[in-house]
Amino acid sequence: MVPLPVSIAIAHLRARRRQSAVSILGVALGVGFFIAISGMMHGFQQYFLVQIVESTPHVLITDEYRAPPAQPLEVLEPHAALDLRRVVARDPVRGIANAQAILDALEAMPGLEAAPALRGQGLLRRAGRDYGVTVLGIRPEREARATQLAGEMVAGRLDALDAAPDGVILGSGLAAKMAIGMGDSVLLASPTGGTARLRVVGLFKTGIETLDTGQIYVQLAKQQAVQGRPRVINEIRIRLAEVARSIPVADALERRFGYKAAPWEETNSRVLSVFRLQNVIIYMTTGAILVVAGFGIFNIISTVVLEKARDIAILRSVGMPPATVTRIFIVEGLVVGLVGMLVGWVVAVGIAEALRMIPAPGSTDPTQTLRVDTSPLSFAIAGGIALATSVLAAWLPASRAARIDPLTIIRGAV
Amino acid sequence: MTGAVVQEEGGLRAVDLVRVLPGPVPTVLVDGVSLTIRPGSLAAITGPSGSGKSSLLYLLGLLDRPTSGDVLVDGAPTAGLDSATRDRLRLERFGFVFQFHFLLPEFSVLDNVLVPMRELGALSGTAMRSRALEILDSLDMAEQADKLPAQLSGGQRQRTAVARALANDPPFILADEPTGALDTRNAAAVFEILHGLARAGRTVAVVTHDAGLAATAPQRFHLVDGRLVAIPTAA
Ligand SMILES: Nc1ncnc2c1ncn2[C@@H]1O[C@H](COP(=O)(O)OP(=O)(O)O)[C@@H](O)[C@H]1O
Ligand SMILES: [Mg+2]
Repeated sequence: MVPLPVSIAIAHLRARRRQSAVSILGVALGVGFFIAISGMMHGFQQYFLVQIVESTPHVLITDEYRAPPAQPLEVLEPHAALDLRRVVARDPVRGIANAQAILDALEAMPGLEAAPALRGQGLLRRAGRDYGVTVLGIRPEREARATQLAGEMVAGRLDALDAAPDGVILGSGLAAKMAIGMGDSVLLASPTGGTARLRVVGLFKTGIETLDTGQIYVQLAKQQAVQGRPRVINEIRIRLAEVARSIPVADALERRFGYKAAPWEETNSRVLSVFRLQNVIIYMTTGAILVVAGFGIFNIISTVVLEKARDIAILRSVGMPPATVTRIFIVEGLVVGLVGMLVGWVVAVGIAEALRMIPAPGSTDPTQTLRVDTSPLSFAIAGGIALATSVLAAWLPASRAARIDPLTIIRGAV
Repeated sequence: MTGAVVQEEGGLRAVDLVRVLPGPVPTVLVDGVSLTIRPGSLAAITGPSGSGKSSLLYLLGLLDRPTSGDVLVDGAPTAGLDSATRDRLRLERFGFVFQFHFLLPEFSVLDNVLVPMRELGALSGTAMRSRALEILDSLDMAEQADKLPAQLSGGQRQRTAVARALANDPPFILADEPTGALDTRNAAAVFEILHGLARAGRTVAVVTHDAGLAATAPQRFHLVDGRLVAIPTAA
């Protein structure tokens, strides 16, 4: 037999079908939106992360040091009370020293591909206007292995750069802004005064705005000449077979070679922190729906407690202890929460399916729709919050029910 | 149970019961009542309205605590018991019938009778049901078992309340004007049921202002202003 408090709780809820249904709906909508919206957010973030991971090196070695190297005085007198101030890390103009040795060592490691590059600022001049860009001098055949650039070409091929010493590959956004296309020529100038006339041999599109409108690729030798830094590279771009190992691999490389080796998480830490903020906002707003649903539950159970004072009085006089009376109304909240959770799961699946039919904004491919990642974990979290909210919302009226003095009611009833 | 008590074994006994409602002007509800209701007896408690009959019954049924004095249940004092023990005693040993039936409106007649049994939890589900049906049958209510209280007549509701009071087979039945809302025929029937319970060995106390019904009781107590007085001769 079902425990008595459960029978009474269900009888109370069934006697108030409409009010119960509204409360259950409140919880269901809270659960449904929580799961679907956080799923959409997660999907969007995953999509974005994939773009980032595809378009940027998994690990980037640059010609910087995180901390200035130990000074000779510190090395010689390790126990001295030294306080050396204003020690600056080595002048980065030198680029990565012994770059070839590092590249050879990386080449010998399994599970990674490395490509050298010289990064610098430049101006593209076209029809009397200047466009500030980041110029990357690369070795196309190595770049092809270490990044996804080859796959992101929308016109021309990455190989074409190999065969064209004065070739340049532009982002499609930049090309549109400058109104130039394949085969057009453009003048590149560096801050140090070097210039070169280049011919467009390819266009790429990563989907990341700053790259598509602000980054260009030329041959490494060309870039070294324009920047006036012969034989210098200041970046080693690394792609891993296992992206997930980016942080430990970067750590190991940094310890081994001394140069700063940043995993993509570090390079894109601002994006990731924006994601974290997004998640907090999403959880708070959808969580607020559940709080509102909690008020609904509080409301119905408070009403029932008021209406059921006589029933409570007779149960108490029959010998039901106050704790059992409390349990009746907690169970009422729990039932609303439980049914609301189950309905909410169905609602979540429905909303997620509906969202998946919406075309992804900003995508050129019309068949590309919103990505919604609803994980079992999000179902569990939403369900857990719903149940906890229901019990909490029921707690106050339930404990009030237990404090009802049966004699006051029995005396008053005629 | 307690060695100090040298009373006759069974029954319900009030010893110098006093109940005062505290307040700026304290109200004395029950003023030094001592009485004994013997097992197998039916005691009628009469008196004018507001004389403290209900208050006395609540004290006897451990629903209320006396300001002083004690209620001995089968010889055992109860004043010092904590509320959990008093709840348990009511569940196991007392059955109440009030003027208003106090049935759970969403529960059928049968389910209402099952409430005290389920709370006690001493029997299996099937045993509870067959016992509840037996009780309902003895009160001519078996055919109404699946009806809701709203579908019953006043007399039927009150008989359901009696059935619920009998659910855990308690030795003490306390009824507060159980016939107050009933017509004469139904009132006499309910009173006859209470007589039957007393004859079967239970201790029954009934508050009533119906002198005719009270006259049929083997034991009679008359209250005025919270005190027991001699029964006035019929006018
Ligand atoms: N909670 C209360 N507050 C104030 N007065 C009360 C309260 N309960 C009972 N009384 C008063 O105490 C007296 C006795 O009440 P009661 O025991 O119900 O009498 P009876 O049942 O004989 O009519 C009455 O005068 C009643 O008005
Ligand atoms: Mg009364």
